[in-house]
Amino acid sequence: MAEKMATRQAYGKALVEIGKENPNLVVMDADLSKSTMTAEFKNEFPERFFNMGIAEQNLYATACGLALSGKVVCASTFAMFAAGRAFEIIRNSIGYTRANVKVCATHAGITVGEDGASHQTFEDLALMRTIPGMTVVNPCDGVSTMTLMKQVVEHDGPCYVRLGRASVPTFYEEGAKIELGKGNWLRRGDMATVVATGIMVSEAMAAAEELAAKGIEVGVIDMHTIKPLDEDILVEAAKTGAVVTAEEHSVIGGLGGAVAEVLVKKAPCKMAMVGQQDTFGESGKPDELKAKYGMTAADIVKAVETLL
Amino acid sequence: MDFKEYQEIASRIRVDIVKQVHSAGSGHPGGSLSAADIVTALYFKEMNIDPQNPKMEGRDKFVLSKGHAAPVQYAALAEKGFFPVEELLTLRKLGSHLQGHPNRDKVPGIEMSTGSLGQGFAVCVGMALANKLDKDPGRVYTLLGDGELQEGLIWEAAMASAHYKLDNLCVIVDWNGLQIDGKNDDVMGVKPIDAKFESFGFNVLVIDGHDFGQIFDAFDKARECKGKPTCIIAKTSKGKGVSFMEDQAGWHGKAPNDEQAKQAVEELGGTL
Repeated sequence: MAEKMATRQAYGKALVEIGKENPNLVVMDADLSKSTMTAEFKNEFPERFFNMGIAEQNLYATACGLALSGKVVCASTFAMFAAGRAFEIIRNSIGYTRANVKVCATHAGITVGEDGASHQTFEDLALMRTIPGMTVVNPCDGVSTMTLMKQVVEHDGPCYVRLGRASVPTFYEEGAKIELGKGNWLRRGDMATVVATGIMVSEAMAAAEELAAKGIEVGVIDMHTIKPLDEDILVEAAKTGAVVTAEEHSVIGGLGGAVAEVLVKKAPCKMAMVGQQDTFGESGKPDELKAKYGMTAADIVKAVETLL
Repeated sequence: MDFKEYQEIASRIRVDIVKQVHSAGSGHPGGSLSAADIVTALYFKEMNIDPQNPKMEGRDKFVLSKGHAAPVQYAALAEKGFFPVEELLTLRKLGSHLQGHPNRDKVPGIEMSTGSLGQGFAVCVGMALANKLDKDPGRVYTLLGDGELQEGLIWEAAMASAHYKLDNLCVIVDWNGLQIDGKNDDVMGVKPIDAKFESFGFNVLVIDGHDFGQIFDAFDKARECKGKPTCIIAKTSKGKGVSFMEDQAGWHGKAPNDEQAKQAVEELGGTL
C-alpha cells in the first residue's frame, strides 16, 4: 500500500493541475482555504480565486452566477456548511438551473474528530442526492480524488464531491481505471459483498482480509459515485447473496439507502448497513470515534457475519 | 422617446400584469404593478439587449430577485418582442413556459430562475464578477423587494459586491413598504435602507420609482459611478395604477375576480 494522504490534499493538487489546463476554472472558498486546500489554487492563480468570507449561502449563489456566465466553478467549504447551511441555495439556484458548479465539501463525517458534533456531517450525501441532476461523488483515496476531480470538472452540470480531513491509505495505482458513475471491484468474493464509499473503503478492505482468514470470502466494491449509482454492479453484487454497505454517513438516506432503493427493485437480497446510526457525534480522535460509533473494519466483519 | 411614451409602455405592461394574474387565478399583482415603471425603464431604455438574440455577447443582464413579480417581467419581455404577447395568458398553467416564478430555461430573456428570495441578487454578484474577469462590458441589474431585505443572504451579497468593487452591478429596491403580512415596519423593520447600503459600501440613490426622469437619471449616475456598486432605492406604491389595489398589502398575492379585473384594466386604459 502506498503513502497515506487526505482526499482534501489530493483535491488541492488536482485543482492546480486542472487550472493549468483549463483557464475557465474558477475556485472559491469561504474563509477555509487553508483547510479545504483551495489555497494551493489561490497561490497559483490568484486572479481566478474568490474568497467570499464566512458566508456560505453567498458562496454558492455567487458560484452559480459565475457558472451561468460560462465558468466552471469549484466552491469549497466544510460539508456541514455546504450541504447543510447552503442546501436551499444549492437546490434552487445551482440545481434548478443545472449550473456548472462543483460543490467540493471537505471535513465530512466523524473523522473531523476533535471539532465535535457541530462539524461532523452525516447528512450531506442524503441531502445532495435528492436534488435532480446532481452528481454525488465520495472518493476513497488520493489517486481516485485526482482522477475523479478531472472528470467532475469535465462533466457539464452540478456535482457534489465529499472529501475528508484525515489521511487515508492509497489503494489505487496511478493511472488505474476510475470512471465517474461506475463502481470498482477492489476484491472478489462469493459469500457476500461490501459496498463501501469514501474512507470506509479501506475499512472494507481490512474487513475482507479478516473474513478471508476465517474462510469467508467477500467482495469489495468502491462505490465512489453515489449518484448516478452503478446499478449493474449492484445487481452483480447481489448474486453473492448478501450486501453490506459501509459509509461514514448516516445509515439514513446515504449510500445504504441508495443501494437499498436499487436492490429492492432489481435484486432483493439480505442487506446490512454500516454507518453512523441515528445520532450526533462528539469530540475525540478520529480512530476513537470510528470505533465508538461503529464505523470500523470490525463493524463490517460483524455485519457480514450477522447476514451469513 | 419622451417620458409619455415610456408611461404608455408601462401602462400596457400594467394591463398585461392584471390580465395574466386574472387568467391564472393566482399570482402577485401588487409588487408587479409597483415595479412596472422601473422594469419598463430597464427593458426599453437602459439595457443593451436584443430580443432576436437573447444570449448576445456583452449584453446587459437583469435578474428579478423578487421573483414573485414574474408577471411584470413576462409582460416587459413580451412587449419587447422576446415572445408573443398572447402567451402571457398561459401564466401558471400546466405546460406553460411562464412558470409562477421565472425559469431561465423556459423563457428567452430570463437570465436567472428566481423565486427564493435573496438568491437572485447573490447570483448577480457572480455574474458581475464573471464580467470583470472576462472584461465583458455588460452591466448587471437586479430588482429586490423591500421585504426581501430581511433575508440574511442579501447582506452577504451586499458585502461581497462592495468588497469586489462591482461597479458593473446595480441593485434596485422596490420600496413599496408592504409585504404579505402587512407593513415592513410592523413585520420586521428594514429602515433605514439608504444608510444600510451606504454602510455596506454602496453608492446610494433614493428616487421616486414612478418618475421616469428620476429613474433614467439614477441609471445614468449608476453607470458613471466607478469603484463601487450602486443601490437605487425606488419609492413606489404597491398596486400602482389600480385604485383598489394601491398600498394594500392584501393585494400582494391575490388574483382579481372578473369584475375587479375589468375595473382594473379599464382604470389602466385597457380592455379586458
